[in-house]
Formats: sequence, structure tokens, C-alpha cells
Amino acid sequence: MSTTTNALPAGMPAPGSEPLTAPYWEGTRQRRLMVQHCQGCGQLQWGPEWICHACHSFDLGWEEVTPRGRIYSWERPHHPVHPALAGHGPYTIVLVELPDAGGIRMVGNLLCAPDALVTIGAEVEAVFEPHDEAQPPYTLVQWRLIG
Amino acid sequence: MSERTLRGKAAIAGIGETTYYRHGQSPDAEFKLALKAILAACEDAGVDVREVDGFASYGNDRSEATRLAAALGIRELRFSNMHWGGGGGGVAAAVANAAAAVHSGMADCVIAFRSLAQGQFARYGRAGGASLAMGEDAFTQPYGLMSPAQRFAMKITRFMTEHGIHHAALRSIAMASYHHAQTNPRAVMQGRPLDEAKYDASRWIIEPFHRLFDCCMENDGAGAVLVVPAERAKDLRHRPTYLLGAAQGGHHRSAAPVHNAPDYASAHFPTVARNLWAMAKLSPADVDVVQAYENFTGGVLLGLVEHGLVKPEEANAMLVPENLYAPTGRMPLNTSGGNLAECYMHGLELVNEAVRQLRGTACNQVKGAEVSIVIGGPMVTPVSSLILGTEATL
Repeated sequence: MSTTTNALPAGMPAPGSEPLTAPYWEGTRQRRLMVQHCQGCGQLQWGPEWICHACHSFDLGWEEVTPRGRIYSWERPHHPVHPALAGHGPYTIVLVELPDAGGIRMVGNLLCAPDALVTIGAEVEAVFEPHDEAQPPYTLVQWRLIG
Repeated sequence: MSERTLRGKAAIAGIGETTYYRHGQSPDAEFKLALKAILAACEDAGVDVREVDGFASYGNDRSEATRLAAALGIRELRFSNMHWGGGGGGVAAAVANAAAAVHSGMADCVIAFRSLAQGQFARYGRAGGASLAMGEDAFTQPYGLMSPAQRFAMKITRFMTEHGIHHAALRSIAMASYHHAQTNPRAVMQGRPLDEAKYDASRWIIEPFHRLFDCCMENDGAGAVLVVPAERAKDLRHRPTYLLGAAQGGHHRSAAPVHNAPDYASAHFPTVARNLWAMAKLSPADVDVVQAYENFTGGVLLGLVEHGLVKPEEANAMLVPENLYAPTGRMPLNTSGGNLAECYMHGLELVNEAVRQLRGTACNQVKGAEVSIVIGGPMVTPVSSLILGTEATL
């Protein structure tokens, strides 16, 4: 069971995979961080959309990017917004900017103590969090401080 | 070619609202609340409700224009309009859409309204029970990012950290609303004052900048304004409140998915505010009283900054209670109690308060108020804002 090491308790919503987003979720199962890559102009795009916002090409492929970034912003919810979070206590959400991927940003949990100091600009790396017991299985992308 | 503008072309001739109730306390169904507010706005203007020929709303209002028209015996429906976006981002836009309709000749007499009995529908701060997060939500909900407060908090942390703005600035915004509510008999928080100690002791909703009192209430009620051509308004019961400027929308890719807006730490007003001031032919220094939608106090801060009413580097010094309290403050803010302490009527109550200030009938009256700004719900997309003025400002 992987639930004991997960950032959040069991019972949180699982990510639904759709045609537009499937390559990302297939990637995380293989511990690879994939983002949209426009075949027309080379723009990296996140989140997924049907068209490249820069050149309007519909030919959007996917590219693996370095799973490292820096904290762009953060928050620590206390109020449980979901039944699965009742009684869990505060947890930390980070918005991570990926400098090696054109500055796109991703949302995840920071793996840290519930009262840990969080600093904007701090460097982080991805931690792939498999939910193998889920049907279908999926893998989330969490973040931890480097060093 | 003549100038394309709404400046001075339309006016708010009537305002109305129901009793404002605490969450779940309305004895009336939501649609009945809408009817009562609309009738009150027409009565205030001295206009027979059967003359109304249009309805404009926002926030996916459930009280549909056609049902209202049938229920009220409207003779002829010529304009019905729903502004996209959730919450109160569209409050100013709904008024502006009504004004555009009467100015263009599509309609003559349009109600802009919001009806909202939150106790009869889903609770805020609680996500739905779906076990699968679809679309953009798949990239946020599994990480526990699922409420509006959480979506916006990420922007607030970034902005306040970047500019060194202290939480006390947000506390002042909350205290201003509560202070003004104490003299407002309509306010659900009348008799429940807020001081610094009570605020500081309130529980965290989200660190580092959202305590309980930084967040709006949930309420039941309805509010409405009657918008008519400027010429018509002169013949009606009250001193007309003219629309001087209106703008809505958002800056470049402000709704980019998964928190990827290029200009991220924003309430989405940079271009909207520019267009607003241009139409009004006014500047922030001309504003006598400010109504700024509080979904969360951080959004008020960003809205004030992006409209040029407060400079980020001056926010700590400017946003202190005495500057925000009517009648003597440098920038009286949310003078009826607003969403935090009068009623969370998705900002429609702020429009009514701006009109009262310009008529000289507000319960915390700013002496000689001629110009009021109404900033709609910040940080959603699209956003909207309004500048209203008396006849002297035309």
C-alpha cells in the first residue's frame, strides 16, 4: 500500500484522464513529466489545450521536461474543503515554475511538515506518487525541496 | 464618427433589495426573493414594473429572465442577458449590459439583478462529491486545491510577498466593512463588531493570508437596480445616478489553465481599469467613495491596486482603518458593510450603496460624494467595474 506515504489522505478526487490530457497521465505512470509541445512553433504549453496559444497550430505533441523547478507561490489550507480532509490538518500546496520548460507552472503538494517555512524561489524536484490501488491506477506529481 | 461611449448615457433610477438573511434563514424561495427585489427597485424609481423590458444578471443566476417576465406580467421582453463567469465578477458588467441595452435602443427599462439563496443550494468551501476530477480540475483537485479561496490564495501569497504587504492591510479592509455595518440596519453583521484582537484570534482558513474574517459570508437575499436612458431618469423620483464608465474582461491569457496566466499575481483588472478610467474621463483622485467586492480581502487589495487607488509600496501605510472609515477617511471603503458584513449579494449590494452615497442617503454618508467606483468580484474571469456619478460629474 502506498497510502501511508501519500501527501493527502485516501479519498481525494482522482484525476480523470481524457483524450486531451492522457499523455500527461501516461507519462507520470512512467515517472516522466510530459507537457504539450507545439509541433508548429515549438512552444511548450501548460495546462493542456486543443490549440497552441502562440501560433494556433492544432498539431500539439508532447515532450518530456526536467522535473525540477522553483516555488512560484504557495498556500497552506486549514479548512477541510473535502470530506477526505476532515481532521487531517493543514497541508501545503505549491505552484511550481519550471525554468527549464519555458516557465510553465504546475500545482502540487510540497512534501514538508505542516508548519514548515515555505520560501518563494526555493528549488524543488518532482516526487512521483503512485496510486497503484486505484482503479484505474494513476500517479500524482508532488514536490520536495532540493538539498 | 461620434464617440463610442456609455458615459452619461444611462442612469440608475431605482434600487431595491430584500431583507438580507443569514445563510439558510430566508423564509422565501430564491425566485420570490428576486421578484421582491425587482418590485422594490421599480417602486423606488416610481416606475410600473410592467414597463420593464429587460433583465441582466450574472453568476449563472437561477432566476431566468423569461420566468421573471411571465411572473411579473411584463408586457414585452426586449432584452435578456447573462454575463459569463461565476460569483460576482459580473456585477458591474450586468449593470453595464443593461446600460448598453437602453443606450442602443434595444430596450428602454432594464433590471440588473442578483438573486441568491445560498442556504437553498450548495455550501461554499466544500467541494462536490465527484470521485473523478475532470478537465483542468484533474491538475488541482487531487492536491486539495478545489475552492475559490484556494484558487485565489495562490495569487495573494505571490503578490503580497513580492510587495512586502503585511496581513494587517487585509485586516483593515475587513474592519472597514464591519465598522460600517454597525450603523446599517440592513446589515446581517450589525451588532457584531470586529476589532483587531477578534480578527487576529480568528481561525486560519488558508495560511498565510486568509483568516476567517478575510472571507465573505454566505447569505440569502436579492438585489436589483433599474437602468433607464439618462433623459428618462431626469423625470423620475430620485436624483439620477449616471453611469460614467464601465468595463469588463481580463488581460492577456488571464484565464490560462492551471495557474499559468503570464501576469499571474493579479485580480485581472489591469486592462479593465485602463478602459474604465478612459471611458469615465476621470482618474483615481476623483473618486469620493469606493465599493470593492470582497470575496476575500486579498482580492480587494489587488483590485484597489490595479485601479490605481492604492500603490503597492504605499499599501501598508494607506490601508489602515482610519483611512477607510466614512465619513472622514481618505478613501472610504465599502460603506454599507459590503460582502463581508452587510450581505454577500454577489456585489449587487455594493451598487445599491454607491447609488445611496451619490443620492446622499447612505447610512455612512460621505459628505458631498459625487463619484463612486464599484469594483466587481476580483480574481475570477471575466471581471468588471463601474464608475457612477451625480449630475455634476457629467
